[in-house]
Amino acid sequence: MKAYLTRRYWFSASHRLHSEAMSAKENLRVYGKCNNPHGHGHNYALEVTVAGPVDEATGMVCNLADLDAFVSENILERFGHENLNMLNEFQDVIPTTENLCRELYGILDKGFAQARIEKVRMEETMFNSCEYAGGRELRR
Amino acid sequence: MVYLTRKAEFSASHYYHNPQFSAEENQRVFGKCNNPNGHGHNYTLEITVKGQVDERSGFVVDLKELKEIMNREVIELLDHRFLNKEVAEFKDLIPTTENLAISIWKRLQPRLSVAQLHRVRVYETEDLFVDYYGET
Repeated sequence: MKAYLTRRYWFSASHRLHSEAMSAKENLRVYGKCNNPHGHGHNYALEVTVAGPVDEATGMVCNLADLDAFVSENILERFGHENLNMLNEFQDVIPTTENLCRELYGILDKGFAQARIEKVRMEETMFNSCEYAGGRELRR
Repeated sequence: MVYLTRKAEFSASHYYHNPQFSAEENQRVFGKCNNPNGHGHNYTLEITVKGQVDERSGFVVDLKELKEIMNREVIELLDHRFLNKEVAEFKDLIPTTENLAISIWKRLQPRLSVAQLHRVRVYETEDLFVDYYGET
């Protein structure tokens, strides 16, 4: 029996959207307020969905304590209360919700061994969100 | 194909325990959830059905009927119950959110005639939910 388990986490971080490939004027036109050189912040909601057969001995797709520990160590502690533009991951990548979503999917997909990562969903604010399933179509 | 979702809520208690594990292993795997006296949640259930829109009624499914089926087959049996002790399938099955979603699917799927069951989503808390699509 295959099930999909989704866990929601929160972290707060700041960022600035700015591309070196664009002129100052173009950056302002494309990114608007998000181009403010001092940066600004969000309370990000991160939803991680794992998929797989339900283990008969535990009744679980994966142990939530393992997922929580992995996310806490590899994501919340590394990204929470940071300026995303200062992190190695975003030296050449603009920290949009799309890129953040792909980055976090990559960390989970590479590092979390106990279950398959089905998708990552990020809410930057309650009005916009992004989903990434490693390039696959989303399960609806 | 049009998809329609109906929500319901129920509150229940449970604990996680596998009689084939030692006491230490149960504690290691299930942690706080292994407390044999149980603990409870306010569960939210989302049932999504799919089908064609009936031209005369404009409905995929009559919501009154869906609500009645959900109440009769699921909510009345689970609400304000100790799942391990009072719900038949959980005498031998650990009442995790995964198993709850699968069990609710099995209860509802044979009862739906007009529309087809698409997804059972069970929220144990706002930050934890399971989806089941009937996949084996």
